[in-house]
Amino acid sequence: MTEGFPLIEPLGTEALLVRFADRLDDAANRACTAFRAALEARGLPGMAETASSLGSVLVRVEGSPDALRGALEDLLGEADWAAVPPPPHKLWQIPCSYGGADGPQLDETAGMAGLSPAQAVEALSEARVRVLALGFAPGMPYLGILPECWNLPRQTGLTPKVPEGALVLAVRQFVLFGTEAPTGWRQVGRTLFGCLEVSRPAPIALTPGDEVRFVPVSPEALREGAAADPHRHGGARWEEVS
Amino acid sequence: MSGALEILSCGPLVTVQDDGRPGWLAQGLARGGAADRRARAEAAALLGGDPGAGIESPGSPLRLRLHAEATLAFTGAEMRVEAEGRAVPWHASLSFPAGTVLDLRPTAKGSYAYIHVAGGLRTAPVLGARAAHLIAGLGRALAAGDTLPFEPSRHAARRLSRRPDGFDGGTLRVVPTPQTRLFPDEELARFAETVFTRDPRGNRQGVRLASEGAGFQTEGQLSLLSDFVLPGDLQMTGDGTPYILGPECQTTGGYPRIASVIPADLPRAMQAPPGARVRFEFVTVEEARAAPPDRPQTEPLTRAPGDDPDLLTRQLIGGVISARVEEPQ
Repeated sequence: MTEGFPLIEPLGTEALLVRFADRLDDAANRACTAFRAALEARGLPGMAETASSLGSVLVRVEGSPDALRGALEDLLGEADWAAVPPPPHKLWQIPCSYGGADGPQLDETAGMAGLSPAQAVEALSEARVRVLALGFAPGMPYLGILPECWNLPRQTGLTPKVPEGALVLAVRQFVLFGTEAPTGWRQVGRTLFGCLEVSRPAPIALTPGDEVRFVPVSPEALREGAAADPHRHGGARWEEVS
Repeated sequence: MSGALEILSCGPLVTVQDDGRPGWLAQGLARGGAADRRARAEAAALLGGDPGAGIESPGSPLRLRLHAEATLAFTGAEMRVEAEGRAVPWHASLSFPAGTVLDLRPTAKGSYAYIHVAGGLRTAPVLGARAAHLIAGLGRALAAGDTLPFEPSRHAARRLSRRPDGFDGGTLRVVPTPQTRLFPDEELARFAETVFTRDPRGNRQGVRLASEGAGFQTEGQLSLLSDFVLPGDLQMTGDGTPYILGPECQTTGGYPRIASVIPADLPRAMQAPPGARVRFEFVTVEEARAAPPDRPQTEPLTRAPGDDPDLLTRQLIGGVISARVEEPQ
């Protein structure tokens, strides 16, 4: 955990921000997920909404934040939140077509990590990454933290657009694009996972703290699996982990 | 019997809006909803209750036909309205008979105009709200041929007791953010002294502010950890140009936020039209909370002191505009 954290700060006039770190840190992110789960379970009075990001937990407040601040300080002091076992969550297996037209920058990205493309696919598909935060587009996950060899800077220029479902990589994280968008991250694969689908019982599939494996499949198998998936999860399967 | 409002024609980015979708920040979805919450409060005051979903126009003209009797409230950025060729007052609510065709044209006063129907538009809710959230792919902009259902109604004509201001920028109060202290003191002082101009580049995601002189930079801003952002935040992009974030901003961002516009002043920030001048004044969070938004007051349109008592009568040619003072049915 970073020195001087956690700390509570106002965010605008209607929210408090509990910050666990000011840089990407696996322990701090796990603390965010665990602390938010405890907040939700506790249901502190005056709390309107909570959310966790890479290094902080937002608490939107109804009424005066002053009373809630004390309760948050008390709860923070109850545990070492980075050491608290993760709350119940899902483990997803999301089919991914790596390289080729589905991952046009796989070779370049592998080379920067000092691996062959085949070694890169093996390493990336075996990594069990955690949803660190959702953002940019609704339900769009930042996943990590990947081993140090993937600490690759963003491109200086932008890729004009990557498709929805693109798996891109930079700074020891994946992003699974929830929408077609430009990006400075490098596209290594393609899924057909819909991060947001309003017709589903759970319109937004992923939650911070969920774990994900991007299982390698051929381009054909990716499309066949997705076509047979009525919920637009791109052929993904999941199980509960507690 | 259900009525419908038909869009005969409309300019770009006219959408249905309500108070948006609170409660989805954890899943990366900003609340969205009307860019000017004060205009929603005014519609509620004019129509005597929750105005439900209405139409938001970002300065785009529109023409619509009512397929049933309806009471409409016109709030926010002023538009020039004609019903069957007769002028209709803005910042007011009036009843119109079935078949009325209304023409609405933007003026340069403000940015976002609102047309609410008593009882609200009954379009299908998505994720608990009717508001279009174009960035998130929820809903879409309105287009000619769209019909928006509503329940017919006839309410007394009313207007706002005080003509609202705040459509031309001015001084906006801001509170510090967790990144404010990353800016050197002299940069913060320069920021507070700078007069910015609302740039033509702006939408529901954010509004660009232009100024003379250098941008506003922090130390190490390129390695900042992405964190929560909220509407009203003044985000500094890579070259130090500020954007005021709007209702469809992203939920997290990696650019530093030098300050955040307080809720009471956010409607004025969003309504500042291109070319308007704005500047920022730091206040404490306590001062911001002690400055709640004004509660809009209304009065009967027919009985306003000093008003032309024949105004409505003269507009009532052919019964186009009903100003009968009756209770809601």
